[in-house]
Amino acid sequence: MMAPILKVENLSVELKTKEGTSPVIDNLSFELNAGETLSFVGESGCGKSMTALGIMGLLPEKISRVSSGRILFQGEDLASVTQKRLQEIRGNEISMIFQEPMTSLNPVYTIGEQIGEILRRHKGLNRKQSFLQALDLIEAVQIPDTKNKIHSYPFQLSGGQRQRVMIAMALACEPKILVADEPTTALDVTVQAQIFDLLKELRVKTNTAIILITHDMGVVYEMAQKMIVMYAGRKVEEGSVNQVIKSPAHPYTQGLISCVPHLTEKQPEVRERLLEIPGIVPGLTSFGLNKCLFESRCHKSVEKCLSSKPDSQSISTGHQANCWNLGK
Amino acid sequence: MKEKENKEKEEKPRHPLSEVFDMYIRNFSAVCAMFVLIVIIILAIFGPSLYPTDPFEMVWMPFSPPGQEGFLLGTDYLGRDLMAGLVHGARVSILVGISAAFMSVVIGITIGALAGYYRGTIEEILMRLTEFFQVLPTLLFSMVIVALFGASLPMIVIAIGLVSWTAVARITRAEFLRIRELEFVMASRASGASDFRLIFSVILPNALPPIIVQAALMVGSAILFEAGLSFLGLSDPNIVSWGQIIGSNRQYILDASYTVTVPGLAIFVTVLAISLVGDGLNDALNPKLRRR
Repeated sequence: MMAPILKVENLSVELKTKEGTSPVIDNLSFELNAGETLSFVGESGCGKSMTALGIMGLLPEKISRVSSGRILFQGEDLASVTQKRLQEIRGNEISMIFQEPMTSLNPVYTIGEQIGEILRRHKGLNRKQSFLQALDLIEAVQIPDTKNKIHSYPFQLSGGQRQRVMIAMALACEPKILVADEPTTALDVTVQAQIFDLLKELRVKTNTAIILITHDMGVVYEMAQKMIVMYAGRKVEEGSVNQVIKSPAHPYTQGLISCVPHLTEKQPEVRERLLEIPGIVPGLTSFGLNKCLFESRCHKSVEKCLSSKPDSQSISTGHQANCWNLGK
Repeated sequence: MKEKENKEKEEKPRHPLSEVFDMYIRNFSAVCAMFVLIVIIILAIFGPSLYPTDPFEMVWMPFSPPGQEGFLLGTDYLGRDLMAGLVHGARVSILVGISAAFMSVVIGITIGALAGYYRGTIEEILMRLTEFFQVLPTLLFSMVIVALFGASLPMIVIAIGLVSWTAVARITRAEFLRIRELEFVMASRASGASDFRLIFSVILPNALPPIIVQAALMVGSAILFEAGLSFLGLSDPNIVSWGQIIGSNRQYILDASYTVTVPGLAIFVTVLAISLVGDGLNDALNPKLRRR
């Protein structure tokens, strides 16, 4: 077994609010191997995007910071390297795709220039070389009419095409890790499927590990090998996608999965009412309290949930959940 | 030909610059102003060689009214040819206008960009500095500079540039504050762009439209400023400029009003043309006004 390419150890990220600081990511640890897809799921405001930004070193300055823990990328701690080193890594070895393809491209440059720019910066290519390689990349992400499209401005492309350009930019330097923060939420369903097919294909080609942030269980099932369920800044369950989706252990995961209609094998004539998780994610002020933060929404909660933060409990190899009531 | 153009229009979305051009062309007064401005600039560049009479040379009797003895605009109190003054002075006015505007744009963009990008303490310091320059009485300040360091052309440019960059700085800062929060800036940062690159090649090009408009308007005000300084006698005495002609003839304004009217009109027409061009650019570069 190779050493993991990314190893996050006890990462905590603090966010400053009016009421004081609260840990938006609380003691998060995970490992990512080369060529693997790891998915983060959870509701909005659970710290998924903050995790992504934390790895990229792009946490909003002044209001947030890594308060403890390490982000080891090939043995190098990204939480403590210099800005200059981070700039070398970003886009070259770790790159990121954003939620909004409509606004993630610079409107004043052609897409060819934007892709070529990254190649020139990280790979030291000259103008001509970078242009030719940009042409290849645009072809690789299956944008038709490549020769003309390379001279288009972002506003001349559709949303799906823009996201393809983003992917081309992210993969330009064949990064070791690709962080995809809800890459398809802004796109319609058919385009979504195409984008994921493309990502899968490129992953096989380049052996890039993908960190996929989403709240769509269907996408997780299709794309990822491992998944981490986050709730209120904490990891509540971790395991292979099969383990977690087939036999979710944490009540929150169970709730999330029972919310999704199309994961059943046979569609009954009369569908049962979908279950929902009552309540909402707790406010930032209660993040970091020494209790189970899901307690107020949980039907299984016992007294212990109120008095101490649940530890990680192993269920089977590689599958673990943070809950006091497993198996009860 | 036209059909082909139309076809292309349907097939391909337009390039942003050609859209701006279209928008500008539709503005009648801006097109006229552009035409006038081009004529003035050509006059400034080629005029002195086409009309080589020395503007400082006494060529005829003083105060001969326009049209007499082949002197189209007459002569001033020393018998100097006013037409020569007008032609040769255009060069100085345009030169001072453009270089002072350029200087204030460079200062303004640098200060505004740094303040808007870095925020925090840097922004505080730079913005207080901007306010300091903003509240200075501009004419007085530039008079002091020129009086202290001598009335040479570069010094006049510097004096005008130093007092007029504040508007550019504020506009640039405002644009940076808006654009730095947009997603493509984050995306560029995620692809490893340095601060320098983010400021100058990611954010700045997107912030340019209002700055361009402001710069165009500033050329006009710089010309006025130069005229004002020359009128007060604070100009290079060896170089003729429109303001200087007005200034030196001001005592005779009642006896020979044409000596000040003609250069005054020249200043008026030039500044008006520049303002109208700036206005046209403003409309053309403002996406909200497009397609109406």
